[in-house]
Amino acid sequence: MTISHAPKRSRMNRKSNLLTAVMILFVIYSVLPLVYLLVNSTKSQGDLLSTFGLGFGGSFDLFSNLSDLFTYDNGIFLQWFANTLLYVVVGAGGATFIATIAGYGIAKFDFTGKKAVFAIVLGSIAIPGTALAVPTFLLFSSVGLTNTPWAVIIPSLVSPFGLYLIWTYAVDAVPQEIIEAARIDGAGEVRIFFSIASRLLAPGIVTVLLFAIVATWNNYFLPLIMLSDPAWYPLTVGLAQWNAQSTGTAADPIQNLVVIGSLITILPIVIAFLFLQRFWQSGLAAGSVK
Amino acid sequence: MATTTLTRPRRRIRLAGWQFVAPFMILFLGAIVAPVIYAVYLSLFRDQLVGGNAFVGLANYVTLLGDEKFWSSLGRVTLFLVIQVPVMLVLGLVAALALDSVRMRWIPFFRIALFLPYAVPGVVAALIWGFMYGSEFGLAGSVNSLLGSDVIEPLSPQWILVAIANIATWQFAGYNMLIFYSALRTVPGELYEAAAIDGASPLRIILSIKLPALRGAIVIAVVFSIIGSFQLFNEPNLLKVLAPNAISSFFTPNLYAYTLSFAGQQYNYSATIAIVMGVLTGVIAYIVQLRGTRSEQR
Repeated sequence: MTISHAPKRSRMNRKSNLLTAVMILFVIYSVLPLVYLLVNSTKSQGDLLSTFGLGFGGSFDLFSNLSDLFTYDNGIFLQWFANTLLYVVVGAGGATFIATIAGYGIAKFDFTGKKAVFAIVLGSIAIPGTALAVPTFLLFSSVGLTNTPWAVIIPSLVSPFGLYLIWTYAVDAVPQEIIEAARIDGAGEVRIFFSIASRLLAPGIVTVLLFAIVATWNNYFLPLIMLSDPAWYPLTVGLAQWNAQSTGTAADPIQNLVVIGSLITILPIVIAFLFLQRFWQSGLAAGSVK
Repeated sequence: MATTTLTRPRRRIRLAGWQFVAPFMILFLGAIVAPVIYAVYLSLFRDQLVGGNAFVGLANYVTLLGDEKFWSSLGRVTLFLVIQVPVMLVLGLVAALALDSVRMRWIPFFRIALFLPYAVPGVVAALIWGFMYGSEFGLAGSVNSLLGSDVIEPLSPQWILVAIANIATWQFAGYNMLIFYSALRTVPGELYEAAAIDGASPLRIILSIKLPALRGAIVIAVVFSIIGSFQLFNEPNLLKVLAPNAISSFFTPNLYAYTLSFAGQQYNYSATIAIVMGVLTGVIAYIVQLRGTRSEQR
């Protein structure tokens, strides 16, 4: 038995090298732009334009770029960072909470209109967010909500996909018997949710939170059209504006700040993904098995 | 007596169910349903020089049917969809199958390294690639000066769509890989054992076990990719700064709607485009889903 396996195993090992080599090419493609960003964050504006893209510049300017980033235009980058945090904490946090209780409600309760609610919500996943953005802008503008943080926060509070994930998760994660037992003990529904169900749902909640954070952190189109005052911009819109201002006729070239700003913008989210791997991977599994 | 004690808690529970769903539904109505209705309403009106804002019925839709700019933008995103989505999904599929095969090394490393681009905001992805594409200072420029001629010009009108497709592929191939990979992980091990006993080749296992197991995940990925392609906005809007000659104000339907709203103040017409694109996306996504699930039953 072992003897007959031996040649097979060596063939497998050879294949493993080929597969690994192909995958390494794929990895190079994936990380090349990030390497480019890292390398160029150490260059001055002059070196950025004149030296080879993947080589270092004449001097190491990472720290002077960083200090320029936080002082340029009275430190507006820091303001954008704070705005993004606000949109993420209120928008993604709120979206997660609202999607969680709704997903739990659909999974664990029988009520009239439940099927309709579920069908509408599922159907809405297919509605393109950007197709809604212009009408949402017009509607919000007619009620005076544009150019306020609410214009960015309210639309991000609705996460049909988050609801769907929690619903599929809650069906198995929260056994009906536990809920019934708590009811017999006289616990109210709200109490049952907060003291029992929410704990059982925790891994699903973290997954939804993570994806909501990515969505709000990366949000661009909605804030772009909703906000006209740069003081309310999130990082994405601010960086895009700096980039636009770097080219053209009346240009104030600050591409070095766009590069270092991009690096600072992706760092928190990349770190969050690295530390919460377990959660998003299980969440993707739940989402893919329909 | 007996009936009241039974029905009262049940009614209470029923009400509680609605309480849990209500906040979502209220926001859903305000942030999704209301804008849709408002857009439909807007699309039936037109600002006219004489008479101001007037009801025009379906006139905006008729105008849209004869609008060359709209058709060219729709053609462009369709071309994008037909080429970029298969490339991206096949890349993700191949990577997922490679990771799922027992013959791979460093699987956790590959998983995270390939997924990383998904965490990068679309704006930043477009900015970085835009810098790399730059013919004057970017990586493309460096390579060109090395070769002594302008071989690589991603920002030229002929190549700009490929350049944008590359950004989208870079961002989402790893994400799709993970979705496929997660679906593959749910295949019961006994199936592979049975296949091994039958002496099935690796290719046979992929075709008969793995691909059928992936059908649902592939359908979902296709649907999301269709939605993403028809919505294309961020990348062209950002690259426009670097390639003003290659990207027009009606490069994609979304960019066209955006330009009409914010540069032209033509809100009614812009709402018409939004509705037509929304319906089109919904219909195509629905057909794909229907076909995908129907062949699953076969």
